[in-house]
Amino acid sequence: MSQETNTTIESLATKEYKYGFETEIEYESFPKGLNEDIVRLISERKNEPQWMVEWRLKSHKHWAKLHRSDAEPKWANIKYGPIDYQDISYFSAPKKRPKYNTMEEVDPEIRKTFEKLGIPLQEQMILAGVAVDAVFDSVSVATTFRETLAKSGIIFCSMSDAIREHPDLVRKYLGSVVPYTDNFFASLNSAVFSDGSFAYVPKGVRCPMELSTYFRINAKQTGQFERTLIIAEEGAYVSYLEGCTAPMRDENQLHAAVVELIAHDNATIKYSTIQNWYPGDKEGKGGIYNFVTKRGKCSGKNSKITWTQVETGAAITWKYPGCILQGDNSVGEFYSVAVVNNYQQADTGTKMIHLGENTKSTVISKGISAGHGQNSYRGLVKINKGATDARNFSQCDSLLIGDQCGAHTFPYMEVKNTTARIEHEASTSKIGEDQIFYCKQRGLSTEDAVNMIVNGFCKEVFRELPMEFAVEAQKLLGISLEGSVG
Amino acid sequence: MLEVINLHAGVDGNEILRGVDLEVGVGEVHAIMGPNGSGKSTLAQVLAGRESYNITEGRVTYEGKDLLAMKPEERAREGVFMAFQYPVEIPGVSNAYFLKAGLNAIRKFGGLEELDAVEFLALFKEKARIVDMDESLLSRPVNRGFSGGEKKRNEIFQMAVLEPRLAILDETDSGLDIDALQTVARGINTLRSKENAIIVVTHYQRLLNYVIPDHVHVLIDGRIARSGGKGLALELEARGYDWVKEEADKEETHA
Repeated sequence: MSQETNTTIESLATKEYKYGFETEIEYESFPKGLNEDIVRLISERKNEPQWMVEWRLKSHKHWAKLHRSDAEPKWANIKYGPIDYQDISYFSAPKKRPKYNTMEEVDPEIRKTFEKLGIPLQEQMILAGVAVDAVFDSVSVATTFRETLAKSGIIFCSMSDAIREHPDLVRKYLGSVVPYTDNFFASLNSAVFSDGSFAYVPKGVRCPMELSTYFRINAKQTGQFERTLIIAEEGAYVSYLEGCTAPMRDENQLHAAVVELIAHDNATIKYSTIQNWYPGDKEGKGGIYNFVTKRGKCSGKNSKITWTQVETGAAITWKYPGCILQGDNSVGEFYSVAVVNNYQQADTGTKMIHLGENTKSTVISKGISAGHGQNSYRGLVKINKGATDARNFSQCDSLLIGDQCGAHTFPYMEVKNTTARIEHEASTSKIGEDQIFYCKQRGLSTEDAVNMIVNGFCKEVFRELPMEFAVEAQKLLGISLEGSVG
Repeated sequence: MLEVINLHAGVDGNEILRGVDLEVGVGEVHAIMGPNGSGKSTLAQVLAGRESYNITEGRVTYEGKDLLAMKPEERAREGVFMAFQYPVEIPGVSNAYFLKAGLNAIRKFGGLEELDAVEFLALFKEKARIVDMDESLLSRPVNRGFSGGEKKRNEIFQMAVLEPRLAILDETDSGLDIDALQTVARGINTLRSKENAIIVVTHYQRLLNYVIPDHVHVLIDGRIARSGGKGLALELEARGYDWVKEEADKEETHA
């Protein structure tokens, strides 16, 4: 590519993370480090019942054992220095902790933050009919539309509130899909999770609005440990949107969330994510470590769980939202766009575990690599003995921008039933100079050309996103790849 | 409208254009002919702004402006259009979306309001008729799975939508059967006007049976070896390119 284009690329590549700023709010943080006392303190500060603190302690004990035996997962295609788990503060919350009924009551500083993020919260609530449970760091500061939802018997609240107000449901389902022993990061989360969202949709109810939460890290050296639990009873339907951006940081920040979904007979859960944590600077310094465990259980027959993710941020992304297809005729879907630029690394994919008869799964993964980014798709399709007539279709496409980046595909298949049908398609392509030139000759700038080509590449995933998210996703992709053509 | 003076250009130190002089006036149609490897496509691409070519000497003025100083997209917005010899595929991006983005970028530059989806559709349908293009091609990904003829029609269709002041058609006739050739020629003739100029780059004379040029130039070894009226094209068809080359060499020896 010519000198001129390269210069444009370089100048564009130096654009700073758009959402890099800090909000000055008073914080209460715990001392750094993790031990039983800290776990107890977290639980105490959140006024949790005894069973909860016991579960946390059990989780901590297990994690400590894993930590001692150096059981942090090492198999992913990612590189990072050792994490000092005793150098992290495990709880932070704005000191003032009032409850609000409307956005106007919310701290102006926090509202300003949302505005800077370009999230017109109030407008969105009114226009799009989105109930937003805004998580600011670890504590929920605003919960809206709760009353409307409550009329249909839907519970949508913070995990902290759910533990206090709906202990039976939480006790029944927490850890039922991702047990605290599941993996190193899930154990850590189970011990110290700060807050998150809880949704319960009763039998036969179709949730009348998209449920949405915006997460945001905003305290220095504070790991964020979100815990989300969504339950759809028989015949229920719910669509949940999760989006996040984080401010610029020098230090690496650990983010280890756990999300559990449970779909009973004939229930459908759609879970959509836009992840835009701080990716680090263009030298690869700083950025969020995003070690996430997300899993859904289609426990009932004819149930369906759809994961849609657009991963543009974080220095390291390690996540495999999966589906356990237990109920007969249940369906699992995974649609993913993962973008890495500069020195970002992503090892992401899905696990589709077929247990029931006639279960179906679809995997569409689009990986985009630019700069020095490394992008890996890692996916498991497992057909168990009892899963007669199970079907899977997987498609993994990689798009390369420039010649310093990498795309890798690691598909795993375990088939124990001869009636299974599995298809796997994969492709790798490169944004060509001829494509860019063609667009430019029709009047488009290099940036617009790249955006257009990339969005075309991701189309199959974007159409799975709710409308307002699809627009945001396209914007994010543009920002993430600014100036990466080479 | 367009003035090319002593243009030298090449790739990786390999000179392809060795002093091209060309003047195109408004309302004119020029044909650039020549054997394979004579630099026809290079000339078209250099005028459109392809960055892989290095320009070593000469200048190009377009409507009084220094064309070579402009980026490809700036040239496009100023009204320079090239129909590609090998139209490029863009998976996942619909033809209509692609062209709408281009047209709006050009309109915005010209201080015109951007068109909305409804206005676009009306415009597209009208223009699609000019090249007899199936409307279903509008919603398909750009050039993806198009036949050779469909791709070329799509280029002329884009030209019809973008209404350039200077259109450079790079071997638009190659690979077309006679029916498609006639359709494409009809499209070009419809778009030909007193306000614009068209440069037709071609290897064969046959397109010029339908698109009658005002001027014909023969490009040999990176230079215009001979210019004339439409009769020159017929002469080339009958006698081939060698005699032009021989005469050009003779002139050079005498000079």
